[in-house]
Amino acid sequence: MDHSATTPVDPLVVDAMLPFFSETFGNASSLHSFGTESAEALSRARKQVADTIGALPEEIFFTSGGTESDNLAIRGVVPFNAGKKHMITSVIEHPAVLNTCAFLEELGHEVTYVPVDTDGVVDVDELEKSVRENTVLISVMHANNEVGTIQPLEIISDIAKEHNIYFHTDAVQSVGKIPVNVNDLGVDMLSISSHKIHGPKGVGALYVRKGTTISPIVFGGNHEKGIRSGTENVSGIVGFGKALELASERLEEDSLHMTRMRDSLISSVFDTISDVRLNGHPSLRLPNNVNISFKYVEGESMLMMLDMQGVAVSTGSACSSKSLNASHVLSALKIEDDFIHGSLRISLGRENTMDDIDHVVNALLETIAKLRAMSPLADK
Amino acid sequence: MVLYSKKVIEEFSSPANVGFIEDADGVGEIGSTVDGDIINISIKVKDNILEDVKFKTFGCVVAISTSSAVSRLAKGKRVDEAMALTNEDVINYLDGLPEGKDRCSGFALDALKMAIEDYINKNK
Repeated sequence: MDHSATTPVDPLVVDAMLPFFSETFGNASSLHSFGTESAEALSRARKQVADTIGALPEEIFFTSGGTESDNLAIRGVVPFNAGKKHMITSVIEHPAVLNTCAFLEELGHEVTYVPVDTDGVVDVDELEKSVRENTVLISVMHANNEVGTIQPLEIISDIAKEHNIYFHTDAVQSVGKIPVNVNDLGVDMLSISSHKIHGPKGVGALYVRKGTTISPIVFGGNHEKGIRSGTENVSGIVGFGKALELASERLEEDSLHMTRMRDSLISSVFDTISDVRLNGHPSLRLPNNVNISFKYVEGESMLMMLDMQGVAVSTGSACSSKSLNASHVLSALKIEDDFIHGSLRISLGRENTMDDIDHVVNALLETIAKLRAMSPLADK
Repeated sequence: MVLYSKKVIEEFSSPANVGFIEDADGVGEIGSTVDGDIINISIKVKDNILEDVKFKTFGCVVAISTSSAVSRLAKGKRVDEAMALTNEDVINYLDGLPEGKDRCSGFALDALKMAIEDYINKNK
């Protein structure tokens, strides 16, 4: 129930990867036949990735995952477009984007962080107002990892095009759950991660539209056309390609299945537990994301008690050394104090079943009842 | 997830002395929903002995397990003995707390001492 964190590798993906460990182990840069086989495998995977998102194979650059892709898109573009020092992003981005932006600010670049509404949708008017003469990049995620809100990328793309600004999106959470096509979305760069879609960890890609001015952030032997040096993780890339191909073939079926489970889980919780709140947008929402706050109880305690009942979830309400801190996303959604400390993210996967949903609902009922019986707030 | 000792998990999943004492002789409560962590401890005192100690806690695993531990440690003790309990006693009782998680460990003890002071003030 924590599939937004990571997913199990699909057995078909494992089968596709296995030959590339000890049989076809060549370095894709070597000119002999061993190397050629690996190079061919890479180009097949590149085509698989490109095909699923409506891109050209030469626009796909393999990386070590979503974080590196986000870093490359921002650090590879913002400092290398002459005189343009400003970029725009949102306050609810993944730390891979936010911390990269903070680094650029230290280097003297300017970053505008656009707010979101209480459902987690980026304020498009505010975004447009923050465009400047020297804005080089807009980076807004496709769907949020905590609350699942899907962003209006098509509208943001129009703004970017009108002002001749590059547009990057982190699509790590949306790929495999909703349609992702670089032309429909109108993006110039798009980050994907393999392990979120039943592929292996440590691999991902950045789509870079032809004609984008981008510089490498990792230098070396000119792999990936010099944009990302380092001997390619051939087995990982093969697995990633296969995983993405499967995700694309199964998209409609998986999405429907997850949406049904999601809606059933949400309505069961609302029917059986009082004082609850759905965080994120009610309909512009990833099919696999449920984020609910429970009054009078705290996130870590819920997480621990659910874990004891075999249910793995995550929380945006963590207890840190200073105080009970809500995540930057929940804070940006301006969730009331009563609710902000008791949030749970339950993220579903295609292998979950309706029986799992029943189990989660029962575990939640027990957990909330037990913790509320202990809470001084529940009786007041 | 943070690694807790077996004792912390035990105390968290089967806490002792949960509740409010209706006719309490002393009550202590600390925290707010803004910062999180609210701990309420109520005590019943007879012949200078903490005959009953109950807690209600809104908070994380540490807040709940330390509340339960404090209630166990204080129950049956003389008022002065309970007043002399230290944070170290609580942490030792729980076989230690993970690094960075010792912030809220003192809260339950503070609430207990507030309850005792409340009792003392009422009986001056």
